[in-house]
This record gives sequence, structure tokens and C-alpha cells, in this order.
Amino acid sequence: MNTVLRNSTLLRHGVFFLGLAALLLVLTSFVFDPYTNYNVTEVAIYAICTAGLTVLTGINGQVSLGHGALMMIGAYTTSVLLTWHPDLPLILMLLASMATTGIAGAIVGIAGARLRGPYLAGATLALAVALPQVPSHFASVFGGNQGLNVPTPAPPAFLGGDFSPEQWLAWITLAAAVITFFVLANLVRGATGRRFRMVRDNEVAARLSGIDVARTQVLAYMISAACAGLAGSLFAYWVTVTSPSGFTLNLSLSLLTAIVIGGLGSLAGAVIGSFILVYLPVWTGGFASSLNLSSNVANNVPLAIYGIVLIVAILVFPRGIAGGIGSIARGATRIIRSSRGPTALPAAPESPSQ
Amino acid sequence: MRLFVIYTVDGITNGAVYAAVALALVMIWRATRIINYAQGAMAMFTTYIALIVIRHGAPYWLGFVIALAAGLVIGAATERILVRPVESRPPLNAVILSLGVLILLEAIAPMLFGGQTQSFPTPVSNIDLVAGGTTLDFSPFDLFTVGAVLVAMLLLFLVFQRTTLGLRMRAAAFNPEIARILGIRVGRMLTLGWGLAALLGALAGMLAAPSVYLYPSNMDEVLVFGFTGAIIGGLESPVGAVAGAVGVGLALSYVSGYIGSDLAPLGGFVILIVVLMLRPQGLFSFGTQRQV
Repeated sequence: MNTVLRNSTLLRHGVFFLGLAALLLVLTSFVFDPYTNYNVTEVAIYAICTAGLTVLTGINGQVSLGHGALMMIGAYTTSVLLTWHPDLPLILMLLASMATTGIAGAIVGIAGARLRGPYLAGATLALAVALPQVPSHFASVFGGNQGLNVPTPAPPAFLGGDFSPEQWLAWITLAAAVITFFVLANLVRGATGRRFRMVRDNEVAARLSGIDVARTQVLAYMISAACAGLAGSLFAYWVTVTSPSGFTLNLSLSLLTAIVIGGLGSLAGAVIGSFILVYLPVWTGGFASSLNLSSNVANNVPLAIYGIVLIVAILVFPRGIAGGIGSIARGATRIIRSSRGPTALPAAPESPSQ
Repeated sequence: MRLFVIYTVDGITNGAVYAAVALALVMIWRATRIINYAQGAMAMFTTYIALIVIRHGAPYWLGFVIALAAGLVIGAATERILVRPVESRPPLNAVILSLGVLILLEAIAPMLFGGQTQSFPTPVSNIDLVAGGTTLDFSPFDLFTVGAVLVAMLLLFLVFQRTTLGLRMRAAAFNPEIARILGIRVGRMLTLGWGLAALLGALAGMLAAPSVYLYPSNMDEVLVFGFTGAIIGGLESPVGAVAGAVGVGLALSYVSGYIGSDLAPLGGFVILIVVLMLRPQGLFSFGTQRQV
């Protein structure tokens, strides 16, 4: 059994993610209170998007400061479709949002494949600022600044009449997150992931080994955008109203900062980063309101602490929190192994940075 | 035709503000290979300081000078304390660091100065001039804006091209290793470069505030448009940055006037993409292509 698991990545990931799904099902059904479920749903939404961004920025080396805009495309696809055809099943909404955002990602990716470093950052930043203004101009379709209402999806009848729609949404979102991470984890470990990394690490070498660099970059952008679209669609259901104010520049910047402080290039880092994005304001907000500060101060304490966390994390953990945990764990293993004497196995080789 | 003139004047005035931001970004990029995303937030912060000074009864010009001085100090301190440790790290670390500074400044500003939108005074009238019975389409403040940016650019040009200090700063940016061998305090030059860039940013903040008003994120769009201009100009060339930024100012003004103000940022994005598709390194860049 052990060797089978070790030899088949697909099987190992399958077992891990099935276990994770079962654990999440138990937690959301019996352990978490509704407020925790609400927050965990948000974590899962961000995790889907940041996982896609991890593939793009961490694995493929393309910076995006505009993933909030891609989430917005997904959210508006769902919201506009729902106003036209309220009866369509939810799964179609999710797939349609992934499709439109994937196409948008392909377009951005084709443009982005020619750009490097700050040029790509600038182009995506301009997108993040430009796109949220579009709904106000075409108010008849997109509902202008008020936005479009999105009804919370109703749970199926067999779950019983008193099953709350919020818990149903939590299940859907967590299922989507588990599937996304399963697919991405396999992709990253496989030939596609190796091509992505090779393009990131050495474009010339990648070209010499017959990799079409531009096509690889566009593919990475499409995959990443489809994740953002899925996250955006779920975000629309979660917020229940889709308006431009939900997709500020801050959202785009938060997504990028989350994957870097979580640990660039690792899917676990994307989860850690999303967790920080959601829970840091929850915890620091509670702390600030307990201090009897004026509203101008209290409302901004979470943001200030987030800024400080970013700065300190970059100065202290240059490889992110997942990287920091990883090197602590490796250090601990080495100490344990060396204490066992000379017959111990040699320590695992350091994985190359990033 | 009348509208075209109005839009053009608007475009040039806004373009001058974007040009100041673009120049600041280019100075920092050339010296440290870092894009300072906190440039706009720093300018917002120094503009608030000027507003406090002016509210306490001091003349506008004292506030103006204090804002620029505060910019110099904030920029230099940021480089020395925060940026120095990440200069040799992967570029994304510097990006995240400057985003952290941006978020921190935009959170502290409402704590210190209040979060509501505030109007900001102008040193000269911002009502259109009248000459011989016809209304001209620019105000004294428009002239002041363009003039102040031109003067700042001229001064910077003189410092960089005609003084020993400027020569040292250029050497430190061009080749830190050799510059150090020649006895130049490279670190100090980089700190000074960041300070001067933030001073220029502070100027942009003072010039933008009367029209975009003053609130904690008031410089976000100005930063993005300045950055867009700098990229169109090629990031390496100060002349290119100014030309690119004025071009962006004009384009935004025409799109805003003829199509709709909501679509102006989208127009900026489209122009950026078109320019980058034709010249991925920007218009004024003569650097070597990285493509194989």
C-alpha cells in the first residue's frame, strides 16, 4: 500500500483530498457555527483564486496585480446570467464564469507573454483600475454602481427544509476548492508544471528544450484566470450583490500579497495567505473594537496591522510563511536524524529556492 | 473645436501631474530596480501634512515647502530602513514590501487626519483666465501646475547632469560595484535618490489634491496613470516618462470628454497594451531585448 501511494501521485493526492473533503464536511456540518462557516467560505473563495495565482506567479513566474479584475469578470458572468435566466443550475454558472474568465485570461496572457517584470505588473495594474469602471458605463447590463442582486442558491430538497442556504453554499465552495486544489496539485507535479517552472527559471533553456514559451505562459494565464473566474462566481453568491465596489484595487493587491506572505509557489501557501486575508481583519477588528478607539482609528487598525504584517513578513520570512515552516521543519528533521547516529539516512536535499 | 481645446488643456495639466509621478518612479527604478508602488500613498501623506500646516494659519507656501521636505525625509527613510534589506532579494519581495508600505500609509492617514474627503487650497486662482473679454481655457493654477513640474524637471536635470553629486548618483545607479571602488558611498546615493523621488511625488500630491480632493486613497489612480506613462516611455528614460505621462493625460482627457469619464481608465489600459504590443520595452527604451 505504502509503495503504491508513493509511486502514484494521482492516487496519493486522491486519498489526501478525499480525506480533506470528508474532514471539511464533518467540520462544516457539526463543528463550526454559522459565523465560522461564513468565514471559512470566504477563505475557500480566496484560496481558489490565490491557488490559480500561485500557479501563474509562483510556478510560472508571471506577476499579476490584476486578479481582482478577473474575479470581477467571473462574478459578473454569474450575476448577469442569473438576471437573464434565474433557473439555470448553479454548476452551469460556475462553468460559464470559468469559461468567460478563461477567455479573458487568454487575451491578457497573449498580451502578457511579451511582457516581463514591471511591464507586466503595470499592464495588469492598469487592468485592475480600468475594469471596475466599466459596469458604471454600461449600467443597463451590469446594474451600474448599485450592482446586481444574486440570490443565495437554495439547498436541494433531500437535505430537509431547515437546511440553511449558507451551509449549502459553504459545502459548494469547499467542494469547489478541494477539486481545484486536487487538479492544480496534479498539474503542478506533472509535465505541465515542470514546463511552467522551466519557463520561469530559464527561458532560454526552456526554448532550447523545445518548449513554446509563449504558449506555456498563455496556458498558465488561462488556468489561473479560470480559477479566478470560479472564485468570482462563488464570491457573487457569497456577497449576494455584485457591484464594482467589491472589486477594488485593494482586492487585486491583497491576492498577490497573500500568495507571497503565504509562501510563493506553494499551494499550501495560497491557503495560509487566504486564511490570513480573512482572519487577520476578524481578529484585529475584534481587538481594535475592544480598545474603545474612535471609529476613524478602530476601522483602520486591521488594515494597518495587515500592512505591518506584510512588511515584517517580507523582512523576516523572505520565502513566506510556508517556506519558513518548511525550513524550520527541515532543520528539526536534520537534528533528529543526526542524533540517531551515523547510520541515519542523509537529510533530504534542500529544495531549490522558490 | 472649443471642446477639443478644453480637453487638451485638461490633458496637459493632468499629464504634468502624472509626469511628476512617472519621473519619481523612473528615478527609483533606475537607481534600485524597484517600482515604488507606495509613491502615491507617500504623496497623499505629505499632502495631508501640508493641509494641517495650512489649516493652522500658515501661508500656502510654507505648507508647500514642508510637504516637499517631508517627502524627502519619508522617501529617504523608506529606502534606508525598509528597502535596503530587500534590494538583493527576488524582485517580488520589493513589490510586496512597497505594497505593504502603501497599505500601511493608507491605514494610518485616516487615523491621524480623518477619513473624510477634504478640499485642498490652491496658491493661485483656479478659475479660467479672461483676456480681452474672451475666456481662455486655462486657469492660473493650470499654469502653475505645468510650470512647477517643468521647473522641478529642470532642477533635477541640472543636479544630475551638472553637479558632482548628480554624477555620483548616476554612477551609483549605473554600476554600484565600480562606483564603490571609486569611493562613492553607493548606499547614501540610493537613499538620496529615493528622497528626491519622493520629493517629486510630494509635488505631484500638492498639485493633484485641489482637483482630485484629499482622502487616503486619492493618489491611487494618479499613481497608476503615472506608472502607465512611465512604462509607455520605457521606464529607463526620464524624457520618455514625461512624454508618456503627458500622452496618458491627453488620452484620458479625450476619452473622458468624448466617450465617458467611466471609460477613461480603460482607455489608458488599451493605449498601454497597444504601445507594449508594438514595443514591449516602451517607446524610449534602448535596452537590450531579453527575448532569445
